[in-house]
Amino acid sequence: MAEEIKAGCARPTGGPVGEKPAAKKGTTEEPVIKEVKSMVTVGKKAPDFTAPAYQKGKFINVKLSDYLGKWVVLCFYPGDFTFV
Amino acid sequence: MSVDSVFVHKMWNDHELSKMVKGGIPFPMLSDGGGKVGDVFGVYLQDAGVEARGRFIIDPDGIIQGFEVLTPPVGRNVMESIRQIQAFQHVRKTKGAEATPSGWKPGKPTIKPGPDLVGKVWEVWKTKMAFDD
Repeated sequence: MAEEIKAGCARPTGGPVGEKPAAKKGTTEEPVIKEVKSMVTVGKKAPDFTAPAYQKGKFINVKLSDYLGKWVVLCFYPGDFTFV
Repeated sequence: MSVDSVFVHKMWNDHELSKMVKGGIPFPMLSDGGGKVGDVFGVYLQDAGVEARGRFIIDPDGIIQGFEVLTPPVGRNVMESIRQIQAFQHVRKTKGAEATPSGWKPGKPTIKPGPDLVGKVWEVWKTKMAFDD
């Protein structure tokens, strides 16, 4: 499921899980500045992302949509080596 | 997932967490440098440059069924997360024919919504059922 990788950067793919990101417009167009809005609502699809990860001695790349078909608990926390 | 790099994740796992959990952390420890993923999930705290304690339950269709977000000083309740997952799994298994009332956990009665139950919930569900025995 998750391929081993050189460590890179996490990035949202720009769409909900299991759907293609919106097609990019032509580069000649003016970039549209829009308000960044949280995409999170219960009952709606999660925003998809890829992120580098450490698991059992390996650096891997994790994509949320690779877990379609399974229950997922996604936990955020403030920082490694902190106290709670 | 946190803003720490995978290298720091490895050091934290090897030097501290593996002393709490035998064999170390079994699941992927995700890195979100810059908080880009945390931002779209609404948990990135820009001023502090870290992510709040966000916990999202995502079902097999990729749908967010529930979330909880806490500020950094207060830890989560893992058993409550497990209870919620069990409840969502039960509702999914019954294709929505059953719902889980307040305080439900496996073994406790569910509720079967329908016209006959309107105004009659008090007959099948008591407030003491919201609490653990």
